[in-house]
Order: sequence, then structure tokens, then C-alpha cells
Amino acid sequence: MLRFRTSYLVASFLAFFLLIFLVVPVGKVIYVAFQDSSTGALTLVNFVDFFKTSLFRESFFNSLYVAGMSVLIASLIALPLAYFTTRFNFGGSILIQTLGIIPLIMPPFVGAVAMQLFFGSNGSINLLLDQWFGINIPFMKGLNGVILVESIHYFPFILINLSAALNNIDRSMEEAAQNLGSSGLRLFRRIVFPLAMPGYLAGAALVFLKAFDDLGTPLLLNVNNMLAPQAYLRISSIGISDPMGYVISVILVVFSLFALWVSMLASRGKDYSGGGKGVSGLLKRDMRGWQKVGAYCLIIFLLLLVLSPHISLVLLSFGTIWSYSVLPDAFTMAHYVEVFGTTRKYITNTLLYAGLAASFDVVFSVAVAYVVLRTKVIGRQWLDYIATGALAIPGVVLGIGYLRTFNDFNVPIIDKPLASWWVIIVVALAIRRLPYALRACTAALHQVSVSLEEAAENLGAGKTATVRKIVVPLMAGGIVAGFVTSFATAAVELSATLMLVTAESDAPLAYGIYVFMQSAAGRGPGAALGLIAVVVVAFGSYLAHHFIDRNKRMQATLTG
Amino acid sequence: MSLATRVQPVRLQIEDVHISFGSTKVLQGINLDIEPGEFFAFLGPSGSGKSTLLRAIAGFGPRPQGRILIDSEDIVSLSPWKREVGMVFQNYALWPHLTVQKNVAFGLEERKVAKAEISTRVEEALGMVGLADLADRHPSQLSGGQQQRVALARTIVIRPRLLLLDEPLSNLDANLRVQMRTDILKLQRKLGLTTIFVTHDQEEANTISDRMAVLDKGIIQQIGTPMELYDYPVNRFVAHFLGTTNMIEGDVVSVDGAAVLQTQGGLKLPLDIAAEARHGAIVFRPQSVHVNPTMEHNSNLKLDGTVQSLEFLGSTVRYGVKVGEITVLAEEDHQRGKPIYKERERVQLVIPQQQVLFVTE
Repeated sequence: MLRFRTSYLVASFLAFFLLIFLVVPVGKVIYVAFQDSSTGALTLVNFVDFFKTSLFRESFFNSLYVAGMSVLIASLIALPLAYFTTRFNFGGSILIQTLGIIPLIMPPFVGAVAMQLFFGSNGSINLLLDQWFGINIPFMKGLNGVILVESIHYFPFILINLSAALNNIDRSMEEAAQNLGSSGLRLFRRIVFPLAMPGYLAGAALVFLKAFDDLGTPLLLNVNNMLAPQAYLRISSIGISDPMGYVISVILVVFSLFALWVSMLASRGKDYSGGGKGVSGLLKRDMRGWQKVGAYCLIIFLLLLVLSPHISLVLLSFGTIWSYSVLPDAFTMAHYVEVFGTTRKYITNTLLYAGLAASFDVVFSVAVAYVVLRTKVIGRQWLDYIATGALAIPGVVLGIGYLRTFNDFNVPIIDKPLASWWVIIVVALAIRRLPYALRACTAALHQVSVSLEEAAENLGAGKTATVRKIVVPLMAGGIVAGFVTSFATAAVELSATLMLVTAESDAPLAYGIYVFMQSAAGRGPGAALGLIAVVVVAFGSYLAHHFIDRNKRMQATLTG
Repeated sequence: MSLATRVQPVRLQIEDVHISFGSTKVLQGINLDIEPGEFFAFLGPSGSGKSTLLRAIAGFGPRPQGRILIDSEDIVSLSPWKREVGMVFQNYALWPHLTVQKNVAFGLEERKVAKAEISTRVEEALGMVGLADLADRHPSQLSGGQQQRVALARTIVIRPRLLLLDEPLSNLDANLRVQMRTDILKLQRKLGLTTIFVTHDQEEANTISDRMAVLDKGIIQQIGTPMELYDYPVNRFVAHFLGTTNMIEGDVVSVDGAAVLQTQGGLKLPLDIAAEARHGAIVFRPQSVHVNPTMEHNSNLKLDGTVQSLEFLGSTVRYGVKVGEITVLAEEDHQRGKPIYKERERVQLVIPQQQVLFVTE
């Protein structure tokens, strides 16, 4: 245990940082939303104005509609995949589990434009449909496009949570129902699905949150009548003092918090797993011949759908001209040459920002984890709660908060407002990705037995030496995993970045992709940048899993 | 029709049942005939196949070879949900998302019983297990013993043809176990249900069952009433499994025309039994051994030894007496003030011949 004074000192520093860069900016946004812009008095008039304006009403319902439909479509993709892998002895299971995670390594806005070339009204699919059947399906028209892109990218949240829930159901739950005369779909509806419901809800809430908050995808698909784009456009075109951006921010935060609350309630409150006794997972069956064929067809169809953003992005990045044709006219390396030649700045900025943010995140997370788990500091749980709460703050909101809070704060020496200094981008990335690193580090520290520390102290090591020589090395796997996850996801963060980039020379990859993708000529290089980002994230995710696995093995030999 | 109305109890016959998990044979050649209304126990160590056999009767696990007959109807090819065989699972398997009332009503709803009848039958079943006032709780709000009762109510409410209980008491603490076992027996007698009870605890099987089958390595070792099995075990396994026992191995040799068991260390014990085999063991319970008897016993099985250990068990004192190279356990009743034998004291052990068995398997 850290000495009383030191632990309070460390805790105060952590709390101070969270206060300045998370609580105050968000609080400021909320405060301004309730403030009369001319008199400064507290009022609800801004909200009244918001709901009086038809564009905002429309945006509000569009955002709800998109988020709700994304959950629905994502469920339609995830349910069969989860069911097949958990119910049947099925060779394709591993394929599904692996490929099902792939969408997560690419943020939706990256693939959005490429998807339009694939599914748009003049895209590959519709050209083929028109040729064969004379029909045109508006997959990407208006809100449809946002829904398609979001659900394809975020269905893994449902797949992962639902599969885990199904695998945790005690075998005897199903047997007891059969014993009492239930079978087939009825049994599934009355027993299996309700038991897996918490897992499904946890995943569905996350999909809702992600789709509701997303800024980049609607902007790139040129769908502006949604909440997040409206907030961005109000602030960037009318200015930082326009109250509507703040009202929208409050609405975004409220819905995000609600979705997150549902997700936590679902996954924590009702743990239906058998408590370790008995066999877990559904009764597995073998599939008959035609069932197998049908299952494979469905799964291959879904996987193609899921991989379509990646496939179209690859085509776009290597294609010369791709317009009114099923495939690009010819293939070239020119876009990559261009990207590495002229826009190397985006890549180096990204490595610098994401690297700094992730390093900060793990140091901060180790400290928070240690204070929360190993000290008796009063209110220490709140460090965890607040840092995790960053999950519920959309990037747009954090960006607006920083602009509002730090615009008047001049950084000494460079004499520039903090809000327009590149470091603020790093801070925003760090805050946004802190929850990921924190989860990894807390889990790692949970596995380090207190007795290992006590043994070191018993042999004469001081507090600092114990943390440095025993605790941190034992947490290494979790720390590295936390670093890599934070790094990989920070590298493709767009919404906060979009608000905070003031000079092109300070901009990271995600911003570059966004800028390129907006012009027809820039799509090729944009896709090339996008693919580079995907590779970075994929490699990072692989490393994270590798280190988590290694850490688990090490812990297993220790306790085993 | 009330639950408590005795239904016509069924007979269960198991004929030459074999079950394999892949290449592992879990049950081999099981033959059993369980009488209508009987309380029958499957007793055996873990891995003996007793739970597999019970699950096969309910229709779970790999499909067995052989026949399982309920009143001469073969149910092997029936799906579990068509068997009308009620099973109480070891972990109770109460559905956490349903209330107690809903859990118990489930089987009736599946049978499309009318709403009004469901509620009276659920009430009655919960009343029978003494939980009428907890109908609106969720399983997580109940104690282990209460969960057990709900599981029981959920099963009997459908008026199954058979009641199967898979180690129903193993998750309860010792006091509750005794209480529950009495309650289960009372309920079974009231309903007149043919019941099978799986356990690894011989005391549980002894106290509750009319008859039992002892299983080991997928084979039924012996079938009989608890007392028969205790008093007349047919082989070493049954003798060991049902309580503490003395078992002395040796070769059968003839001395002066009489059969004698000669141990490896050369100890010679008279055999009063006509033994055909050349090798075997004599078996007797520790309480059949008299230490330094004051009364004259008409037995020729007398052993001289040294007290090596003593354990005080409350109602008895158990001595370990070294006789030659073997140790014989002897239990003496304990009374306040009764003198005990001390370690290294020399004693004579007398075992009445009618308490001794000779087993060859």
C-alpha cells in the first residue's frame, strides 16, 4: 500500500487532470446550452428554439431513426452468425468469429465513400442489378447509406456480446425446458433468447451509441440533417457562440449516457452464467447436408457484405477511374506514391499524436488502477467512473468543449490559444481512448495478487521499488495491450480531431482521409490513406491480442 | 384431479443398455427392473456412469443401445420433451429470468393447460414443497434449499410418469440435507411416484431408498436393499464403497483338510466357508470385531495383535490393531467412563464367523 500522503498526492493529480480536460469542458458545454446567449442567465429557451426549428427536429428524428435502424440491421447480421456458431458443430465457426471482428478495425467513415461506389445508385451492385433485373435499389440513398455503413461496421458488438452470452448459458437450462416438454423454436424463444438477452442488449446499446454519435460517416456521405453533423456545421460555420451546437451536444451526451447505462445494466445486473457449475453453452447439433449448404450460403453472403467496405476501399485505392462501372477502369500504384510523397505529414502526425496519447493513457491508467485497487483513498472509485465516462462523450462534444474552454487560454512562450495548439489534439485523443487503456490496465492489475507485492515488501523492497520491479512488469501484458488498443483507435479518430485541427500541417491521417474523400479527384489517395490506417489498426489489434494472450498464459503458470 | 391423487405408478425396465462417448464406454450392459412406486437409488463414485444412466432415462446425452421401457413402452427413440419423465437437475436449472410461479408453470404452459388450471396446480405444487408465499420471487432471491424445492415443484407439477433426481442434495449444507431428504421421501410416498435418485453418498442412499444399484466403471455391481448390500456385498468394490470394512486378501490353502486363507505375510485364517476359488478376501465390518471379549465367543477366528492407533468417533472408538503384517479395524461402543485400550497394548480380537464374508471378485 502506498503511503497515505503519496497516494492522496497521486490521486489528486489524476483527479485534477480529469477535471480540467474532461469534466470542465463537458460541463461548460452543458452550461452554455442552458445559458441565454445575450444575458448569460440560465434558461431553457435554447432547447425550445431547437425543437421549434424544423431542421433540428428533422435531424433529431433522423439520428434516432439511423441509430435504431442500424441496431436492427446489425441484429439481422449478427443473430444468424451467433446462432450458427453456438448451436451447431460447424466448421465455419472460427471463420465467423475471426471475420466478424474485421469490421471493427476500420472506422466507418473510412469506408463510407468506397461503399458508395459499390452500393450507390451508380455503383457496382446497382449497375449489375440493372443489367440483370432492370432494378435499382437505393442502398446508399440519404439515411440508408448511413444505416448500411454503420450497421456493417458495428454489428460485431452484438455478435461478440451475444455469442458470449449464449456460450455462458448453463446446459441444464435448456435440458430442464426439454424435460418439461419444450423444444425447437418455442424453447429458443422462451428460454434461450431471454437468457442471452443481457448480452444482446449490451451489444445493441453500443451499436446505438456509435451510430447516434458518429460524425464522419454522415458528413462524408453528405447527409447533414443529423445531429452530430449539425453540431459540427453550426460551430464551424456560424461560430463558437451559437447555442445550437451546445444544445445538440447535450442531447448527444444524454442519449449516449442512456445507451451506455443500458449496456452496463444489461451486462452487469443480470449475470445468467451458471456460476462455474455444469457445462456451459447450448446443446450442439450436427447439421444435415442441405442445412449445411444453406448455412454456408447465408454466412458467405453476410461475410461478403461485411467485407464490402474493405474490398471497395482496396479497389478504390488501386483504381484509376471508377465511375459508372462495376470495377475501376485500370489499376495503379499512383495513389500510394502520392500519399507517401506529398502527404507524408498526415502519417507522421498520426504516429506522433496517437503515440503520445497512448503513452499518456497507459501511464495514467496504471496510476488510476493502482489508486483504485490498492489504496484506500476516499472516493477513489470516482476516478474510474469519470475516466470510463469518457466513453459516453461523443468526439464532437469534447471538441466543442475544448474550443469553448481553452480558446481564451494562451499557452505561454508560443503565445497561441491552447485550443488551436496541436497538443490539444493529443489531449483529446488521450481522453477519448482513456477508457480502453484503463480497462486493460485494471484487468491486468486485478490479476496481480497482492501477496506478490507483500512478498517483495517483506524482503525489504520499498513502495516505489515494489511498483517498479514487481507490479509494472507483471502488468506488462495488459499495459502493452492497453497501449496498442489506444494507439490503434486514436490513429483513426475523426470527430474530435475535425473540431480541433486548425492548420493542415497539424492534421492527422483521419483528417487527411476526410479532406481527400470530399473531392472526386482525392478519393484514390484518400482510399490509399484509409488502407494505411486500416493496416495500422489491424496490426495494432493483432499485437494487443498477442500481448493479452501472453499475459494470460504467464498468469496461468503463476497460479496454475 | 389433485396432484396428491395417487397416479398409477409405472414400472421402469432397463434392458442391456450400453452408452459410449466416442470410444469411451460409459455404460456396459445395464439391466434393471424398478418396481412401480419404488424409491430407487443409483449409487457410485464420480465417473461410475450413474448420472449418464439417469440422463439416458430422461433422453439426454448420446442415444443408448438397448431398451428403456416404461410400462413396457420403449422410450429410447422418444425426444426428451415427449417422455413425460420429470428430472430435477443437480444445479436445479431454474431459469433466472422467470419468477418462481413462471418457472413452475412452464411445463403446464407447454402442455397447453388452461390458465385457471395452471394457477391452481402451480399453487398446489408450491404448497406441497412449502413455498406458496414465494411465488413472485426470482430464483436469485432464494436460498439453495428453496431453489431445490422450486425445482422439485416445477417437476412434479406436470405429473410425470417418473421422477429423476440428479444428486439433488449435493449443493446443500449438512443440516438442510437431512431435512430435505426426509421431505423428498415424504413427497414421493404421498405422490406414489416411481423415483430414481442419483448420489455418491452412501448414507443418503441408505436412508432414503427402497432399493439401490451400486455402479462402478459403467457396470452395475450389485442391486438390493441398502441393508442387503451392506451386509452381503458381492465384491470388494461394494464392500469398500458401503462403509468402513476390513478386507484381508490371501490364498486359499488346505490345512488338515480344512480351508484356510493364507495372507502374503503367512498369517493363516480359518475359512468357515466352502471356497472354490484359489484366491480371495475375507470381509468383516469393524463393529463385528470384539476386542478382548469377556464373553466366550464360539468362533475360531481369533487374532492376537497390538493396538497401533485409536480414533474417537463419538459413539464409538475405532482401534487399528496390527496383526502380523495387516491392520484390522475394530470398533467398540463408547460409554462415559469405559476404559480404552492404549497404543502398544496387546489385545485379542474375536470375530464371530457369521459376520465374515468371503469374496473373490
